[in-house]
Amino acid sequence: MTFANADAALRPRLAGIGGWLGGVALRLSVLVGLIVVWQLVTMLVDDPVSWPAFTDVATRFWEAWATDPDAWTRSLVPSMARLFAGWFGAVITGVVVGTIIGMSARARDYVNPIVQFLRAIPPPALLPLFIVLLGIGDTMKATMILFGVVWPILLNTVDGVSSVEQLHRETGRVFRIGFRDELLRIILPSAAPKIFAGLRVSLSIAVILMVISEMVATVNGVGFELVQAQRSFRSLDVWATIVLLGIIGYTLNTILAAVEGYVLSWHRGAMRTRS
Amino acid sequence: MSERLLEVENLQFRYGSAPDAPAALEDVTFSVDQGEFVSIVGPSGSGKTTLLRCIAGLQHPTRGHVRLNGEPVTDVPAELAIVFQDYGRSLFPWMRVRDNVDMPLRHMGLSRAERTERIQSAVAEVGLTDAMEKFPWQLSGGMQQRVAIARAVAYRPQILLMDEPFASVDAQTRADLQDMALEVWQAHRSTVLFVTHDIDESVYLSGRVVVLTHPPATVAAEIPIDLPRPRDQIETRASAAFVEQRAEVARLIRRPVSDESAIPVVSNPS
Repeated sequence: MTFANADAALRPRLAGIGGWLGGVALRLSVLVGLIVVWQLVTMLVDDPVSWPAFTDVATRFWEAWATDPDAWTRSLVPSMARLFAGWFGAVITGVVVGTIIGMSARARDYVNPIVQFLRAIPPPALLPLFIVLLGIGDTMKATMILFGVVWPILLNTVDGVSSVEQLHRETGRVFRIGFRDELLRIILPSAAPKIFAGLRVSLSIAVILMVISEMVATVNGVGFELVQAQRSFRSLDVWATIVLLGIIGYTLNTILAAVEGYVLSWHRGAMRTRS
Repeated sequence: MSERLLEVENLQFRYGSAPDAPAALEDVTFSVDQGEFVSIVGPSGSGKTTLLRCIAGLQHPTRGHVRLNGEPVTDVPAELAIVFQDYGRSLFPWMRVRDNVDMPLRHMGLSRAERTERIQSAVAEVGLTDAMEKFPWQLSGGMQQRVAIARAVAYRPQILLMDEPFASVDAQTRADLQDMALEVWQAHRSTVLFVTHDIDESVYLSGRVVVLTHPPATVAAEIPIDLPRPRDQIETRASAAFVEQRAEVARLIRRPVSDESAIPVVSNPS
């Protein structure tokens, strides 16, 4: 019976914690190996300006970013504020507009060519336009992030909403649950797996666009620090900032994956039992 | 004489609006009284599901009427619930059993206590109290269909439509579910309209069987089933009366459409 299957699926997971730790160690060993190679190669090349050693980069990262609260308030906080303003704006816009379009086949027909055209424009190409329209402030940067990341969310929401199981919607109709519950308790949960796929893609793009928008006409932010370091030949700071951006991207992804794992736990379970 | 609950009059359903568009239903007329258990049987593809969807207001007939309590059906009536064949796509996989059953109750102006009471008694009735906090996909097919039945029972409709609800479960589970459906029907003194292609099932469950012809469907005959209740999977099915009545239904279904004059129309004794 399916009951037994669910229990059986749990058992190897519990028994496998030792194996899981082993797996983590194995994956980390690859990372550690690469770092050791980096260290050895830079010692051989001996060109600390272009090819700084890992230990030097790590030290600089530690001093300049990890333990300097000033750097946080000066650069990290404004950067993250722009990133989140743009990304959350895109999430709301993408899900709301995507749901409206997704629910009407006619709306899809009208809007689809426009969406396909707009999303084909590389967002950095719009930077000059946004500067003319919105100046060089935070609004411009958040808007550029929003414009760049809204498409995967929008298209995935349209896809998810338009492919809601017909019988689910009819069940809602038979039991007269009303539009509000149909939207919040049938359509959106049903579309959630696809919406989350869009969110993941858009979050990675948001980090890219945050850096790009801060490289042009700006006075603070992580992207600004990166350009400043490059212009003043502080190569260690360039490397340290790249490490920081990697950590930002990785952390944001991990958080989103955790939220997704929680919200969509039913979906993983359902997929597992279907196979 | 009991009260007339559902009336289906000269129902016709065509796919598309062209005059020569293919018809699923040609001219279907029958009625269901309060408290009856009526089955609709017909060869596969005879428009049974279309008929049910028209009765539920999910589809609009091209001609004819459906009346529930004398009121014409235009949208899904509040007094009606459906158990679909495809439980896997009718239950919501993101909700636990409790929330699946609760879903229709949220808009009925019930107090929280009343809702909880209805959920618990309906889930207990189908024997799934232990699975209250499970997700549908953690349950077997038969159990999932029980959840769908509990959901309909908790809603307390005047009439319950069931669209081949047991067609996709194994034989033993099907027998269990049939008896459970009868228990639920008797306990609530409700009215059930049961669509199936399974002749045995229709005779075993019903007080009356409405036989549809090959499409475009009309009513070939209405056969009252006068087997004693409570029915028993072994004794009822072994009885001479059961064998005779199932043969009668089977002959009606197998008969070619052209042979209409030979169809004995058994009138409804109401």
